Amino acid sequence: MSGIAFPIPDAGVVARRDEIVAGLARLVAPDALVTTEDERRAFETDGLTAYRRLPLAVVLPSTTEEVASVLKFCNEHGVKVVPRGAGTSLCGGAIAQEDAIILGVSKMNRVLDVNFGDRTMRVQSGITNLAVSGAVSYEGFFYAPDPSSQLACTIAGNIAMNSGGAHCLKYGVTTNNILGVRMVLLDGTIVDIGGDALDAPGYDLLGLVIGSEGQLGVVTEATLRILRAAEGARPVLFGFASSESAGECVAAIIAAGIVPVAMEFMDKPAIQICEDFAKAGYPMDAEALLIIEVEGSDAEMDATLARIVDIAKEHGVQTVRESKSAMETAAIWKGRKSAFGATGRIADYICMDGTIPTGQLPYVLKRMDEIVKSYDLRVANVFHAGDGNLHPLIMYNVNDPVEAHKAEEAGNDILKLCVEVGGCLTGEHGVGIEKRDLMRHQFTEVDLEQQMRVRAVFDRQWLLNPAKVFPLEGRWLPDSEAA
Amino acid sequence: MTDLLQPADEAALAEAIAAAHAAKTPLAVEGAGTKNGFGRPLQTERTLTTRGMTGVTLYEPSEMVIGARAGTPLREVEATLAEKGQALTFEPVDYRGLLGTSGEPTMGGLAASNNSGPRRIMAGACRDSLIGVRFVNGKGEIVKSGGRVMKNVTGLDLVKLMAGSWGTLGVMSEVIFKVLPAPAHVMTVVLHGLDDARAIEAMAAGLGSPFEVNGAAHLPSGVERVPKTLLRVEGFRESIAYRAGELRTVLKGFGPADVIEGDTAAALWRQIRDASFLAEPRDAAVWRVSVAPSRAAAAMAKLHPTLPVRSFYDWGGGLVWIAAAPAGDAGAAAIRGAFAGTGAHATLVRAPAEVRAAVSVFEPQPAAIAALSAGIKASFDPAGILNPGRMTAGL
Ligand SMILES: Cc1cc2nc3c(=O)[nH]c(=O)nc-3n(C[C@H](O)[C@H](O)[C@H](O)COP(=O)(O)OP(=O)(O)OC[C@H]3O[C@@H](n4cnc5c(N)ncnc54)[C@H](O)[C@@H]3O)c2cc1C
Repeated sequence: MSGIAFPIPDAGVVARRDEIVAGLARLVAPDALVTTEDERRAFETDGLTAYRRLPLAVVLPSTTEEVASVLKFCNEHGVKVVPRGAGTSLCGGAIAQEDAIILGVSKMNRVLDVNFGDRTMRVQSGITNLAVSGAVSYEGFFYAPDPSSQLACTIAGNIAMNSGGAHCLKYGVTTNNILGVRMVLLDGTIVDIGGDALDAPGYDLLGLVIGSEGQLGVVTEATLRILRAAEGARPVLFGFASSESAGECVAAIIAAGIVPVAMEFMDKPAIQICEDFAKAGYPMDAEALLIIEVEGSDAEMDATLARIVDIAKEHGVQTVRESKSAMETAAIWKGRKSAFGATGRIADYICMDGTIPTGQLPYVLKRMDEIVKSYDLRVANVFHAGDGNLHPLIMYNVNDPVEAHKAEEAGNDILKLCVEVGGCLTGEHGVGIEKRDLMRHQFTEVDLEQQMRVRAVFDRQWLLNPAKVFPLEGRWLPDSEAA
Repeated sequence: MTDLLQPADEAALAEAIAAAHAAKTPLAVEGAGTKNGFGRPLQTERTLTTRGMTGVTLYEPSEMVIGARAGTPLREVEATLAEKGQALTFEPVDYRGLLGTSGEPTMGGLAASNNSGPRRIMAGACRDSLIGVRFVNGKGEIVKSGGRVMKNVTGLDLVKLMAGSWGTLGVMSEVIFKVLPAPAHVMTVVLHGLDDARAIEAMAAGLGSPFEVNGAAHLPSGVERVPKTLLRVEGFRESIAYRAGELRTVLKGFGPADVIEGDTAAALWRQIRDASFLAEPRDAAVWRVSVAPSRAAAAMAKLHPTLPVRSFYDWGGGLVWIAAAPAGDAGAAAIRGAFAGTGAHATLVRAPAEVRAAVSVFEPQPAAIAALSAGIKASFDPAGILNPGRMTAGL
């Protein structure tokens, strides 16, 4: 693919590469510096694999102090810095360039402290999302945001992207589950933002940093809220003859005062793909499928599920499958959780991430189908139905440049549609490079300029992850006006 | 504060602020003014109120979202939600009793003060429910951030900055909140006679159980004759009867417990929410201290010998409300000293204006954080005309 532009690398920096690498080598342990071309290749892309750029060098520090000295050096020498966790970003958020170093936190992956009484834990930011829950599960606790990539993705990446997961309808996304971070500013200053109390004084800098896509500083530690897991969790699976009735069923459940932990939707192509892969026993005759999960004691779950099933029946549900065992629960979820992987087996795909008001669902599904067909492509839909966060997977052949271009165009059209109906470009994956050039569809110049002014408080020269989020032309610079 | 600006819509609001920006006229910004007296006293010529901009702009019960113009009374929004069995989740504090103010708190004031009550402990703060804002910055420009969908990571999250910025960054014209079904039934388990440390352990045990405790407060002697520790569960009837029962089992080691519900219990939680226990005497200074619960009791034990106070705990011990004599610094040094090193921060909620002008109403910040905050203030309000000095000198 080639639709997304990168800025022209700073020739001066590229020319000084050896000098810069030598400077970095003086700051960090030898094994923290990756400079050979072969090894740098491993860092040339992230989850948006259609785009690749070789970084100038990769630095993988082990301490906050090392991070600080590297940032200070880069700031002084005008070297761009792209922070990186596990590199699973789907929007190209962690892709660097020839004039930028990658500063990865993957070696900083320890749990520092767990306090069950306060329901908090402190971790280094390079720890994986799953390892966090793993570290507290022996007491029945967990960390709530659970992106499907949780085996690989890091808390650093989750914080930068404000990641969500299947269970955020009840538990919220990353920003609702973090109490504090330690972050290194571009000039090397180490700051603690927030703490381990439920709120912090002054402006909500923590809320600003979460979701800032590595543009404000490098996060090296975080204090997370952990929760005691419910006594049990159990899904029910519904098959519907139309996506309209599935959508109406979701609305009716909420209207009845029930907020399940998860409500996941799949359309027919997604059902087929996932069933072929996971053999989960999904109803192949259904046009739409819902997986709805509730939590509590057995009696509570029985009662809530009975209510939900009644509502589904009022909306013409065709297939009802209540999980009767842990195995069945796992099977029901396996299909959904492997949706991306299963799609990847049959085609290359790009995964969109817009959010829409759920009331617009039938209209948006219909329009999406038309859009994708108009480009002669196929789409499978899996998404978080409770909150309207869509994940259309547009399938194409990566080796066919024409088709790749069409897939990108179709994706852009779909995201514009999301904005048109009152939603947004990205619900949980972030803007990165992927949606950068669509930002003016959602925001006015004034909206964007206000964001860029705030960004400039942290990075006046556009050195931190600079090619992301804001359209390349029309960028605001502090010196462009007399303040 | 003689001259009142009351724009009727967003365009007029933008015009008024643009004019103030051009003339460098500082403005006091308020909704209904029910929290005037919270924060540092202002020296402004003119007051701008959002009361002229009212009305619910959007309500989709099945999407669990409501939007309203900034001057809309909270009461109106709550009534609209109640018709569909929904509610704001974060149980905002009604400060009128404590501050001796009148009028109807507005939605904009709610957001600007990031005002959250007992349920914050489980359902998140006001800032967690706020998903979209429109505001006018200090240059008179209309800016939006976030929107009406609850999952949105598009661009920098300015919504969070607006929440709790006390009108110093911009004047909100419209706010959008996510909402939840209102709890159908409520039960509160009550323990008796615990000291602060034991009470916090009991609340931790409850909050660390799977039974979804969403309110946990401790009323020590000085507030109650015999100390009371309360843990609240909400939900469908069958469910909460079961949960309250299980909770009592979890709390067995903390002595006999009983269960209260209905109007008495609801009234008690309102008093906790609004810190009504500390409203009298009227001249006492009132503080809120945010702290990790496990460090709260020890810090209070340190404080007691140095300063006569009345106090109680909300948020499982994570929020300590303290009333002290208003003399001198109203206890600032003693309270901040007792909590030093705990990561806590103390906010002065009520005190005479001279005291609020002299002591830091909000916890003083480390230099690097203060510098970032000043930069952010300047990026929204370069001339420093919006509520200048309400949070700290300069912000
Ligand atoms: C199969 C698959 C499924 C996925 N499912 C979900 C899902 O369900 N929900 C969801 O929300 N996302 C999902 N994602 C997207 C992705 O996993 C998340 O965005 C994740 O949070 C990225 O984490 P990471 O460690 O890989 O970060 P990276 O990809 O390495 O980086 C992501 C961003 O964070 C910045 N960054 C990294 N480290 C730091 C740091 N220390 N300080 C500051 N900034 C930093 C980077 O610059 C970049 O902008 C999925 C991805 C894949 C491939």
